[in-house]
Amino acid sequence: MREHDAAQEVLRLAGLRKSYNVGKPTEVEVLHGLDLRLQRRDFVALVGASGSGKSTLLNLIGLLDQPTDGELFLLGEATRHMDDARRTALRGSAIGFVFQFHHLIQAFNALDNVLMPLMVATGKPSREQVERGRALLAQVGLAGLEQRKPDQLSGGQQQRVAVARALVTRPALLLADEPTGNLDSTSAAEVFALFRKFNREFGCAVLLVTHDGRLSAQCDRTVTLVDGRIDSDTGAAPTA
Amino acid sequence: MPMWIEWTIATQFLREDKAQSTLILVGIGVGVAVIVFLTALITGLQGNIIERTLGTQAHIRVQPTEEVNRILAPADGAVQLVLENKRAQRLRSINNWQQVRDVLDTLPQVSAVSPVISGPAFARRGEALESVALIGIDAERYQRIIPIQDDVIAGVFRIGAGDTVIGKQLAADLGLRVGDKLRLDGGQGRDSVVNVAGIFELGVRELDARYVYLDMKQAQALLDLPGAATLIDVTVDDIFSAQQVAARIARLTGLKAESWMDTNAQLMNALRSQSLSTQMISVFVALSVALGIASVLSVSVVQRTREIGILRAMGTTREQMLGVFLVQGALFGLSGSLLGGLAGWGLVGAFNTFGPKLFYIPVDPWLPVAAALLATVTGIVSAAIPARRAAGLDPVAAIRHA
Repeated sequence: MREHDAAQEVLRLAGLRKSYNVGKPTEVEVLHGLDLRLQRRDFVALVGASGSGKSTLLNLIGLLDQPTDGELFLLGEATRHMDDARRTALRGSAIGFVFQFHHLIQAFNALDNVLMPLMVATGKPSREQVERGRALLAQVGLAGLEQRKPDQLSGGQQQRVAVARALVTRPALLLADEPTGNLDSTSAAEVFALFRKFNREFGCAVLLVTHDGRLSAQCDRTVTLVDGRIDSDTGAAPTA
Repeated sequence: MPMWIEWTIATQFLREDKAQSTLILVGIGVGVAVIVFLTALITGLQGNIIERTLGTQAHIRVQPTEEVNRILAPADGAVQLVLENKRAQRLRSINNWQQVRDVLDTLPQVSAVSPVISGPAFARRGEALESVALIGIDAERYQRIIPIQDDVIAGVFRIGAGDTVIGKQLAADLGLRVGDKLRLDGGQGRDSVVNVAGIFELGVRELDARYVYLDMKQAQALLDLPGAATLIDVTVDDIFSAQQVAARIARLTGLKAESWMDTNAQLMNALRSQSLSTQMISVFVALSVALGIASVLSVSVVQRTREIGILRAMGTTREQMLGVFLVQGALFGLSGSLLGGLAGWGLVGAFNTFGPKLFYIPVDPWLPVAAALLATVTGIVSAAIPARRAAGLDPVAAIRHA
């Protein structure tokens, strides 16, 4: 697990801007200078109408895309001018992703899917790492299903595998894009409960993009994005 | 282990696309089998043809230069019209052939030297008459050039003291058996009766019908060339260097030296064309195998775009992504060629066992190894384009890819 300084700052956006088609007549700015801070243990819902820039922001925070202007600090590191290799390494170690459509690698079984971020970073997993993967699968309620391929699991089970995979590197920040959007309400509640649980146990910050008002209401803090600007940031604790 | 994750992902991907992998493996296997079999067949065939050709002839034949007319130079200012008839080439000895023989013996590339006196004669038995070629040899030296004793089918190879060895066809034509007498007529009243000590079969009808082996002395007497040798047969270590060695001998001795490649120019030409067409076929088969691998992997990259995006989001580097697809290409090439090498080997074995049995195809054990190596490299090269595309995918777009 990464150790942080006293400030416990996981993420800081400073005047973050993103434009598409830069330099062309069709240039359009999607994010107009965002400032935001995320602390350890934050549990934040990011809401906004479609087209408000949620996905763009999530891709920037996930280091999958690069801002046009401003800076994005992840664990205190300025990331805008990082080269691809360093950005990839930082993404692998500091961020866990959960996508709407579970997105497992079909060729691998549940356990290997969970271990994939570790294997990509360090090669053949150690016994300790395999145990960690098994434990995580057990914690998401999938003990005994380690050898199942994704197509032998239900949608809810697959999404729980994805949650375990996102957490196996013990990331400082968990990004979830409509993680329950594709699940029935029971499974959705289970997955959400997992986020809560790992937020408490591991202390990782959770940023959850959602349309679901009931879901965002259960988060500690809600950031609302309107037309590429932060419209409101409610419930932000004055201290972490 | 280096590239462990690339290998792991690559093999899992291949295993997941079983049908696709199997089809392309069979495709590669067929291609490699064709190349291996064809190469082995043509190499074997050519080796066999050369061996047969050279089994009954020396690599280089040294002879006296042809006799030419000497024409008196015209006086200054005069115009001379000459009607020239080419001179008849009478049977002549090589001047100082013993010395030439000793010089040739010292040449480094030369493995055997055999002086021969050869000329025409008639063989007679009762009413039957056959024209033959008298071959007067130094038995020990000659056998290092043409292992004639291996081709003796009756009696023994023994010449000298009135003994001769003749071909199977001549024996049949004259109704001769080992121990029978044969009258040889060298013309102008020179004749002698010899004893048939052995009968050989070289497998070349012309030779089997015409060659009569004698001791040099006896042949010299019959041809009225005492102490002579009309030609010197030479073999070299590397048969394909015969031409250079022949040129060297010609320069060194001033005699006419012809290599087997000159006397068999048409054969050489045919062999060369055959090799060329084999290579062309191999290249085009290899090309279509390479295109097959490239297209299968290109489809795979498109099919796996989303998974590639997820892997990238999980921290997989561009280089690792590149590696995953290069490894797939290498695995295709390697396992396909092992399959094909085995099949090619089987085909060669089947040809040797059930084929027309005209000749035996030896399999160079390096051929399958070389084929496997080449196919692996081909696989990697073919995978380069799809692999680069996979590595260059934008993760954001890839993850959204339906």
